[in-house]
Amino acid sequence: MPDLKTDDLIRTLAEDGATRRPSLAGRMAVALLVGGLIAIALFALLLGVRPDIGSALHTWRFVLKVAVALLAYAFALWACARLTSPQVGVRDTLAGLVAAPVLLAAAVGYELLTVSPDDWYTRALGSNSRVCLIAIPLLSLAPLAGALAALRVGAPQSPGTAGAVAGLMAGTLAATLYSVHCPDDSPLFVALWYSLAVAVVALLGAIAGRRVLQW
Amino acid sequence: MRAANRGDANAYRRVLAGLAPILRGLVKRGFARYGLGPEEVEDVVQETLLAVHLKRQTWDERQQLLPWVRAIAQNKLIDSLRRRGRRVHVPIDDVSDALAVDDEPAMSNGVDAERILASLNGRQRDIVQAISIEGASARQVADRLGMTEGAVRVALHRALKSIAGALRRA
Repeated sequence: MPDLKTDDLIRTLAEDGATRRPSLAGRMAVALLVGGLIAIALFALLLGVRPDIGSALHTWRFVLKVAVALLAYAFALWACARLTSPQVGVRDTLAGLVAAPVLLAAAVGYELLTVSPDDWYTRALGSNSRVCLIAIPLLSLAPLAGALAALRVGAPQSPGTAGAVAGLMAGTLAATLYSVHCPDDSPLFVALWYSLAVAVVALLGAIAGRRVLQW
Repeated sequence: MRAANRGDANAYRRVLAGLAPILRGLVKRGFARYGLGPEEVEDVVQETLLAVHLKRQTWDERQQLLPWVRAIAQNKLIDSLRRRGRRVHVPIDDVSDALAVDDEPAMSNGVDAERILASLNGRQRDIVQAISIEGASARQVADRLGMTEGAVRVALHRALKSIAGALRRA
């Protein structure tokens, strides 16, 4: 069999050129919407908003917890959208991705300074860590699948890294939802358990990304 | 390329034809940096053209085209070097010294057509063969195979995707 001539290939590609290109933004929007709605439905079904939400909203720890999760989600979403381009490396998105961890670290510092060392252990351990470790990965599955499906239309430089950021996005979306259910508000608890749960999802995303995001 | 994105097939063909020599130079230089000769350059050029085609939605029309093309080529070049790294374990110089082989390695003019067609199902194979090797248009293939032109185009597009996948795993 002879080799395929480049001119023949080009003619073939041009013949296929009329095919409608999938829209990156469109795919992303659909994936976000569907994945997000499934996560919200699961959340409403299994967990629900904590009963004392009214008074919780007046405490800085609760507000900060939700804000950190939401901020992390917003930046992971931004990074995910950028990484669809072959011209963008994960380094170009790091400045955004560290914003939420920096804010959380500051809150942890403040908590350590203002709370007696005797209470550190109880606050970090909380009362709900097992639910946190199960709920966040569970709620993140649909958004993760959606994000990976959307990224497949893109051309990420590193499939594993792009998958990890997709996991970060799905994990922080799940963490945002979970944060309004969870009764543990201490930054110590958030830094320990939320981060661990989101890291699990990011790892899952990296493994899946290496398989499905090759192009 | 902007006209091509509006569905102008001729403009698109001219863009791809114009990119081919640029890519050839790029890949050749990339190979040379790793002490590799020109054989398999055309394979990477073709893989890159395929990726440019299948991923053209990731080019932002407000940006210049060439930096984006270079990023795609860079990716395909690295893929190819990695694949070679897995394949070539013995330094080539040693082997050629020992065997005193003096003829040039066979220069490939592109990916093996058989390898490509092997990754396709029967219908796709007929369509790709007719369009790429015999130079038929989608319209002509549709008439010949008794399909609608739309169905031919869908099958062609799927076929190109599986070809890209097959080359990646090769």
